Amino acid sequence: MLALAAKPEAPDAILRVEHLSKYYPTSRGFLQRRRSLLHAVDDVCFEVKRQEVLGLVGESGCGKTTTGRLIARLTSPTSGRILVDGVDLSGIKGPGMMEFRQKVQMIFQDPYESLDPRMTIFDIVAEPLNVNGIGNLEEREARVAEMLNLVGITPPSAFLFRFPHELSGGQRQRVAIARALVVNPRFVVADEPTSMLDVSIRTGVMNLLAHLREEFGISYLYITHDLAVARYLCDRIAVMYLGKIVEMAGSEEIIKSPLHPYTRALISAVPVPDPAVKRPVPDIKGGVSKPINPPPRCRFYERCPVAKGVCAELDHPELKEVASGHFAACHIL
Amino acid sequence: MRLLTRGLERGDTNAMETLLSLQDFTMHYRTKTGWVQAVDGVTLSLAKGQSLGLVGESGCGKTSIAMSIMRLLPYNSRVIRGRILFKGRDIYSMSDEEVRRIRWKEVSMIFQAAMNSLNPVYRVGNQIVEAIVTHEPETTEEQARERVASLFEIVGIPKERMDHYPHEYSGGMKQRAIIAMALACNPSLIIADEPTTALDVIVQDKILREMEEIRRKINMSMIYISHDVSVIAEVSDVVAVMYAGKLVELGPAGDVFKRPKHPYTRGLMMAYPSILGEKHELATIPGEPPNLLDPPPGCRFHPRCDRASSECVAAEPAWREIGTGHYCACHNPVEVSGTWAGLHRAGDGGGRVGTCSKA
Repeated sequence: MLALAAKPEAPDAILRVEHLSKYYPTSRGFLQRRRSLLHAVDDVCFEVKRQEVLGLVGESGCGKTTTGRLIARLTSPTSGRILVDGVDLSGIKGPGMMEFRQKVQMIFQDPYESLDPRMTIFDIVAEPLNVNGIGNLEEREARVAEMLNLVGITPPSAFLFRFPHELSGGQRQRVAIARALVVNPRFVVADEPTSMLDVSIRTGVMNLLAHLREEFGISYLYITHDLAVARYLCDRIAVMYLGKIVEMAGSEEIIKSPLHPYTRALISAVPVPDPAVKRPVPDIKGGVSKPINPPPRCRFYERCPVAKGVCAELDHPELKEVASGHFAACHIL
Repeated sequence: MRLLTRGLERGDTNAMETLLSLQDFTMHYRTKTGWVQAVDGVTLSLAKGQSLGLVGESGCGKTSIAMSIMRLLPYNSRVIRGRILFKGRDIYSMSDEEVRRIRWKEVSMIFQAAMNSLNPVYRVGNQIVEAIVTHEPETTEEQARERVASLFEIVGIPKERMDHYPHEYSGGMKQRAIIAMALACNPSLIIADEPTTALDVIVQDKILREMEEIRRKINMSMIYISHDVSVIAEVSDVVAVMYAGKLVELGPAGDVFKRPKHPYTRGLMMAYPSILGEKHELATIPGEPPNLLDPPPGCRFHPRCDRASSECVAAEPAWREIGTGHYCACHNPVEVSGTWAGLHRAGDGGGRVGTCSKA
């Protein structure tokens, strides 16, 4: 009960991210003398309130997974601050870290990769308890059974001593969720937890995540490439493009009235399950912009259909509040 | 199969000739633990210029059907009964040499994650030239290169990129190159197995639009295989829904999406989130797909079906026509509709998922 417990006033944000950046060096040239920096996450700021689900949406390579890994402290930031419950993570070491790990957990995308094939289901779910030295064996058994029940792996006794390969994809993802939740985290980073699952199974896992939030007041950062899924699970959605958040607003707001040209293109590219609907062609230019040593101007400039001269001259626009609770980073707006 | 081509939205129905038909096609795989009944009694047909969307979850037999049509099945598979007719000829009674001539020249395929199937040590253009020259020995390499240049134009890759290597391409470009390769010999049918699954939505949108345009331009037939209901909705004239190796529903896309008859089809569509319309509760289908080593008796969907009756356990439902060109295999077909397609349009049901409009 060290640093994390001692909070002066309970802030209403469980997570606060301030100017978070992560650059990866990519070396090239003779004896690696020319260093380039890949701006995976570039000056990102956002908050997640208690019991809130924030969706982080973007295309592959936009930095959404890196953001999640930074928050779960699986990698450390180049600059910027992450505050969980008002406590800065940068200085945390030793026992503070253990406590942080109980507070913040992660669910990974691929349940075929994220479970150790040589551990039984009991060992997998009980491992966080072992690591944190919570309870004795009997208590752990009871806790694991309780968690498996909760995530719908029933009856637990039939699964405790099975191995991951004996389970289906949906069941594995439920086990992964049980493992993340066994230490009673306050915040969960869910990195595409349903994208590997079939439709009929996926809804079940989505409903489970929604239910767990209601019941235990867990907040999520929900990382996904699928806007339709994000709409269903998230209170707010943040759209990322090349390491920057370009727009952030309530889910319905952002889907019904997107402001940033990139969000608009992204939304109009989502296929709809109705043969009678003809979507308009997404308004976006082709080409790939790379996040390696990007010029200071707007990251979306090369592909933007409405870019003006000012967009090339000025730096990347700040995220500013355009309407109440609706943030966008665009010079034109 | 004649029935199928009837009543489609695309006019001149009598002019449509059948290109491909599967008749009671049944194919099993032999494994150490027994026979996996991967494809069971599938009957469908495809007219010239038509696109068929084959939708279902992983392991339901979609790819097995594609491989069966290409006659690319592994050694442990066996065709139990039924036929596949391409232009009126049974593919499984042809000699290997005859099949080889049809494959790629008449029927080509875009494999799942095909962008990873380009050979990394050959220039992309040369790989397509090779495909053309192999199948058309009379074509010179010069002519083939010219054709590749025009194919690249069709799929939207600058032709200077012909001499680049696959690693210099982005994922979307590699997929386009694969589509160019599939188009190389002017096939009359392309089977696209999850052609855009690994791609981002904006790229997916571009590629689907391009494929549609090409298909209409050269009146090519297409089979799209996908687990994504919304992709299927956008590209198919006819939709076939598979569950556990069986075809459960088949019909014009508009009908199947607006008035699905099979409870599985309906469940699948209701489980699909959409960014259109109002937000609704998503349906869940309880349980998991069955093990095809030992599928449940009667209707294979009955253990997960909310409309199941004793009849469903006792007898396999017959494949019957329930609307014009709309087929379904179910003892208790859904009478009312209530899917996204029906819901989000104004004045068409509206309200919550539970309150369904009359079909």
